[in-house]
Amino acid sequence: MGELAQYLVTGVGIGCAYALTGSGLVVIYRVTRVVNFAQGSFSVFAALTVTTLLAAGLPHGFAETLAVLLAGVIGLIVGLVATGKPGTTAQSALIVTLGLGVFAYAVEILLWGDQPRSFDGIPGSVGGIQKHYLLIIGVTAVVLGATALLFARTDLGRALTATAADPYAARIVGIDVTRMGLLAFALGGALGGLAGVLITPVQQVSFDSDVALVVSGFSAAILGNLTRPGLTLAGGLLLGVVQTLVGGYLSTSYQSEVALIFMLAVLVARAGRRDVLEAA
Amino acid sequence: MIRVEDLVVRYGAATALDGVSLTVAAGELVALIGPNGAGKSTLVNALAGLLRPAAGKIRVDGRLALVPEGRHLFTPLTVDDNLRLGAWRAKNRDTGHIYELLPELEPLSRRPAGRLSGGQQQMVALGRALMARPDVLVIDEMSLGLAPLVVRHLADNLRERHRDGLAVLLIEQNARLALELCTRAYVLEAGRIVAEGSAADLAGSPQVAAAYLGLEA
Repeated sequence: MGELAQYLVTGVGIGCAYALTGSGLVVIYRVTRVVNFAQGSFSVFAALTVTTLLAAGLPHGFAETLAVLLAGVIGLIVGLVATGKPGTTAQSALIVTLGLGVFAYAVEILLWGDQPRSFDGIPGSVGGIQKHYLLIIGVTAVVLGATALLFARTDLGRALTATAADPYAARIVGIDVTRMGLLAFALGGALGGLAGVLITPVQQVSFDSDVALVVSGFSAAILGNLTRPGLTLAGGLLLGVVQTLVGGYLSTSYQSEVALIFMLAVLVARAGRRDVLEAA
Repeated sequence: MIRVEDLVVRYGAATALDGVSLTVAAGELVALIGPNGAGKSTLVNALAGLLRPAAGKIRVDGRLALVPEGRHLFTPLTVDDNLRLGAWRAKNRDTGHIYELLPELEPLSRRPAGRLSGGQQQMVALGRALMARPDVLVIDEMSLGLAPLVVRHLADNLRERHRDGLAVLLIEQNARLALELCTRAYVLEAGRIVAEGSAADLAGSPQVAAAYLGLEA
């Protein structure tokens, strides 16, 4: 397979991690109106947990699944801390998530040190492409597809959407709005955890890897105004591909700038039409 | 069905409801009229259990469902999804019986609720509340912003539900409609019930006629 095709598949694989991160942000924002700045921590925590579980002798697959579930629980806890107190505004909750993200650094360094870690993914390659990238793409497709079905086809998903659309009306029909918010945080945590677990075999992870993930994930999500999963997926994949192409043909040191420029461009374009900060 | 006794609700230092008492018996159609800011919506939210009274009692026997002011539909969701969520607390979320009661909703079932006209939306809000299979329905400002013909249609529908045994507390600024539709009525002003009685008596009282029906006293 040609060099360009390899870069494209690799880029889509990396982009899947951004799309998962962005989707976690979108799920949480849609239901609670909170921009969760601790989103990247879910990924880092889950990935580092996998290294420990594997070292303890747990088999692949099981270790990863357990870590993703743990990330869901951590998401629930972040949601409880950030939004559990009745009457907390979305803006205050945002600041709390920022604080929790910084706090996570301390916990991660305490537990795993400050050196990058990694673990093995699926070995081997087809046509010059590491098989692990195909696994990332396949798992992301299944998980995001299932998430879309949850929202579109189940009453629980409808209740989540209803909570996002009109919390007052949701309470009137008896939906527990606080519980729906916490569920969204748990789902966002699991999606973030999955991003970290999938990408670590091809990119090492350390306590501060959340920044790169969250900048790219947020850029993807902002393309969909933090509310549209389809555009978030498209934005994530686009970013992954452009970053990989820039890294391949120019220099890898420009990769995070790509995400920042992309986010700025979207924000500037949006600001011309609508007040994004107000919408966020 | 509904028994409210000496209800007091305060927002900080402001008293929104000051010793309100009212009852709605099983199968009864009762109106609550009053001007803007009288405390009508506060009473609705207290009945729905969304705010805590400072004093007094609220007793509801059976299931109560609410059609809120401004309809408050889930605009991104379809009509059918809106109806389903009306039965969120119930196990049976089948919408079929609502399309029998409100047949004009059936052709709209797949449309997003936000795309409907005001009258259609009010019909969905009514249907959503009926999905809870309530014994008593509290309807807040049903007629607000709707064309007279649409209001008449909704009123006819309410009469039919009432004939099926549903009790209704109708909270309305449109006193003419409320007194015409209901058998008994209360007048709420500045957080207090200032008059109550049969709808016919109230419609005939000079004060009510002057203040709410636009007639010379």
